[in-house]
Amino acid sequence: MADFTIDETVDITDVVCPMTFVKAKVAMEELEIGQVLSVHMNDGEPVQNVPRSFKEEGQQVLKLIDNEDGTYDLIVKKLEE
Amino acid sequence: MAVDYATLKKGGFMRQKQKNNFSLRLAVVGGNLTAENLQIIAKVAEKYGDGHVHLTSRQSVEIPFIKLDDVEEVKEVLATGGCKPGVCGPRVRTITACQGSAVCPSGNIDSYDIAKKLDERYFARELPHKFKFGVTGCQNNCLKAEENDVGIKGASIVEWEEAACINCGICEKTCRVDAISTVDGKIVLNEEKCNNCGRCVKACPTDAWKATPAFEVSFGGLFGNRVYKGEKYLPLVTSEEQLFRITDAAIQFFDDNANPGERFRMTLERVGLDKFEEKIKEAYNG
Repeated sequence: MADFTIDETVDITDVVCPMTFVKAKVAMEELEIGQVLSVHMNDGEPVQNVPRSFKEEGQQVLKLIDNEDGTYDLIVKKLEE
Repeated sequence: MAVDYATLKKGGFMRQKQKNNFSLRLAVVGGNLTAENLQIIAKVAEKYGDGHVHLTSRQSVEIPFIKLDDVEEVKEVLATGGCKPGVCGPRVRTITACQGSAVCPSGNIDSYDIAKKLDERYFARELPHKFKFGVTGCQNNCLKAEENDVGIKGASIVEWEEAACINCGICEKTCRVDAISTVDGKIVLNEEKCNNCGRCVKACPTDAWKATPAFEVSFGGLFGNRVYKGEKYLPLVTSEEQLFRITDAAIQFFDDNANPGERFRMTLERVGLDKFEEKIKEAYNG
């Protein structure tokens, strides 16, 4: 679980709910099954909801990295189209 | 022949300001209607009403401008589409519910299923005054549980399982009441702070949080001439059997103690909360 290579990154710090997950999801759609996406997001509402939304979509959340600057990087592996 | 308005009202026919016109309230549970129901409602509204329906504040449907002479015929026609009249007056009213866990990702309980069971148990039961039940699936409280004489709110009693945890910290961020913290690589749950919303369970990527569904019950809510938020006098309820023992006890307390025309809250205040708490704690403990 600890080892992963990031295939693509997306920054959703410039949008607010509900566009946060929409933007992240659109980025995920570009990936192949098994590839890994890193989602750069703000503290607060995005980090409360985006991880759960990916789980509900059937993707695998690998890690949440606290950048300690009020942003987080969520690492998600694509399991489903 | 004199018109028996009380009987009509009991049968869901509400007298309008327009003479001999009635707004017919339908029996609806948890705000759910089938397409078949909707078709017959549309047909009745067009043929016997004035072509419109009203959605009530408590998830029912009223068909206005039904003529007194058509009352019996309207009931028969509605029955062909699986609809029947609801009730008004001093009795158990429409059981309201959110969509709950059957449909909503946030639901901790199957609200509609509980509403149907409450409906079978109590709907239209004669009482000293109106009595309302509402069922909501989680802390988001879309169905406003505490507005009701008895409100039921879905809860999750949560437990962390270390073996499955990858220490991602998502639960800690997801928790809205800061009940979760990480101490030396281990997750610590502050049970005093936890509001049983279940968001940690829903968000955890590895299902390291386990949930036991439960019911939070509130009593004596009002949202009419007087406004009063229903209050909780019990710990979380963990089985349906226990829940219905409690609702049985609450409704019986109202039936035994209320004066005619007195809402549950006023009965509780007049008779004494201590007496009520004693009764429902008895029911809680079985």
